[in-house]
Parts: sequence; structure tokens; C-alpha cells
Amino acid sequence: MDNLLWIFISALLVNNFVLTYFLGLCPFLGVSNSLETSARLGLATTFVMLVTAICAWVLNTYVLVHAPYLRLICFIVVIASTVQFIEMLIKKLSPALFRAMGIFLPLITTNCAILGLAIFATNRSYGFWEGIVYALGAGIGFTLALVLLAGLREESELSNIPKLIRGTAMNLIIAGVLSMAFMGFAGLFSPT
Amino acid sequence: MKKNESYEEFIKGIWRDNPVFVQVLGMCPMLAVTNSAVNAIAMGLATFFVLVGSSFLVSSFRNWIPKQVRISCFIIIIATFVTVADYTLLALVPTVHKELGAFIPLIVANCMILGRQEAFASRYPTRLAVMDAMGMASGFMLALFSLGAIREILGDGALFGMNLFGTNFEPWIIMILPPGGFLTLGVILLFFNWFKLKKDEFLAEVAEAERSSR
Repeated sequence: MDNLLWIFISALLVNNFVLTYFLGLCPFLGVSNSLETSARLGLATTFVMLVTAICAWVLNTYVLVHAPYLRLICFIVVIASTVQFIEMLIKKLSPALFRAMGIFLPLITTNCAILGLAIFATNRSYGFWEGIVYALGAGIGFTLALVLLAGLREESELSNIPKLIRGTAMNLIIAGVLSMAFMGFAGLFSPT
Repeated sequence: MKKNESYEEFIKGIWRDNPVFVQVLGMCPMLAVTNSAVNAIAMGLATFFVLVGSSFLVSSFRNWIPKQVRISCFIIIIATFVTVADYTLLALVPTVHKELGAFIPLIVANCMILGRQEAFASRYPTRLAVMDAMGMASGFMLALFSLGAIREILGDGALFGMNLFGTNFEPWIIMILPPGGFLTLGVILLFFNWFKLKKDEFLAEVAEAERSSR
């Protein structure tokens, strides 16, 4: 139980996917201009990460023991098609949920955060529940970073900032400061 | 004329359309592995191999790949090359491979590579596609190397593991930690912004001068 909690907190804060592993930077910089959109993107990403963790576990246990060199190709193809399938399912079953996160689903599938999650979980040989908890932590951590940056950016739209700094350069520097803040969590837990 | 054209495709990737500094693509591997110059070069070479190889293949097969499933085909081709690069690095330089870790497989998700296949390799003949891929990959490598070198010099006081400043230099630890990556790239982009702003101003002035002389 302790172990699961440690995995969750570690993925959520200490080893935040965006701010310490630099995964999923494209949506992080691209979509973070409004709070609402980024919260929805975060939700969709968390969802896809959960699906990924399950796919990765199934593949690792049943398929890839026989052919480890197919790992990368298998992950990509299986994750992308599963997400596509679930997207159709959601569209059919719950149009409201589909409107909330539907348009993001195809964009996320080959995001490096998703693939990174599958690869990290494999490298650390996580079991089924550990994988799920890891995905949950990583997804919520991603959402947290995204929402924080979006909030700061919305704020900065209203302030008087020199034209020179506006745009990606400023976002990167804000992200750097956020990342420094997250480094403070490093001593929070120690794996015992 | 022909020679010129492929040269043009090569050179544009290095400066004018530099994938990192101008197009801001392929950020994830860019920031994650550039805490030392050696890692940056290894990553750059791996990306070079993958990009040139997959551009060659995609461009050779461009008439056979059906339009509807082209993205999946590109990704499978890229993933194959990445697997080759992964195992090659593991065999040749195990220490570097260990340091880069999960970021070699993650080359697959580098949006720059898929972007080149979609925007260029799938539309142009093989020779041009390879030149374009080589240019883009060199531009990417240049960016990786400059970021890696800056971060290693400031964060470690060294380049390629050689001490530069002697013992009196207090290393900026922050530069080799994750925030340093964001800050360094941010500052470099700032410089590029400034450069572009100056150029625009200059062009506007020239246009103004031309109009008044007429």
C-alpha cells in the first residue's frame, strides 16, 4: 500500500512528467492558453494514460516476453488503436463526455508523455495496479502543470509585457520557474 | 541548377527553418538529454539516422502508401528505424545508452520527424527528401549541441568532461537540472526573437526609404 502511495506522489509531484522529464511539451506549450481547454486536455490525457498502462501491462505480460525487439512498434500500434476504439465507444455511449474531451483524443495518442509512460512503466517492471496508480499520478501531474501554466499565461495576457519576450520564449521561462518550484518537492518522500 | 536546389533544401534546415529555434518542434528530447554535450551529440546522431532513414524510405514508397493510412505507415517506418538505433547504441556505447535511457525510444514521438515525413518526404523525390532530412537533422543536432554545451559549461564548468575554469568556478547546479533546460532554451529563443524583430525593423526602414525616394 505504501509502495503504491509512493508511486502516486512521485509521479504527481517529485518526478512530474512535464516539469522534470520534459514529456508532453508540445501540448504543454501549444494548448495552454486558456484554463478551460487545458483542464479538458488534462482530463483526456489522464484517461489515455490509464488506457496505456493497461495496454502496456497486457503487452508486457503476454506478447513482448517472446519478442522484446517489437516493443516500440507494438506499443504505438496497440495504444493508438485502443484509444481510437474507445473514442468511438464514448461517442456512442456518452456524447457529453465526448464533447468534453473527444477532440483531444486522437491528438494525444502519439504524444511522448503517453509513450514515455508505457516505457517507464516497463523499465521499472511495474505490475498491474502499480501501473494504474503510476498512470493516474502522471496524468494528474500533467494536468496540474498544464493548468498552472495556463493560469499564468491568462494572467500575463492582461499585463504589459515587452513584445520581445511574448510567445514561446516567455512560456519556456515561466515553465523553468515552475519547474524550480516543483524541485522543492524532491525531499517530500523517500522510498523506504 | 539541380545541384543548387538540393543544396538549398539542405541549408534551410540549419538556419532559416531550424526545427528547434524557429519551428519549436521536437522539444521533449531536446530538453531532456541536453545536460551534457556528449549526450546531446549522441541524441543528435540517433535522430539524424532515424530522420534520414525514414525520409528515404517514405519518399521511395510515396506512390504506394495509400493516403488514408499514411500517418500510421510513417509511424511504423519511424519506429522501425528507432528500434535499430536503440539496439545499435546499446551495442556500441552502453554507458551513453544508459544515460539517455527511455529517451531513445521516445525519438518516435518527436514531432519534427513525423512533421518532415508529412510535409516533405511524402511529396518530393528521394534525393531532395534525403537532402531535406539531412539539413533538418543537422539543424536539430546543432541546436542540441549548443544547448548541451551551454548547460554543461555553466552547470559543470566543463565541456566534454574537461574542466574549463579551474577550481574557483562555482558551478550553477540549476543549469544541469530540469529548470536549466527550460531557462536556457527560453533565453536562446529570446535572442532569436530579438534578431527577428531587428530584421523586421530594418526591412520596414528599407521599404520606407524606398517609398520616400520614389
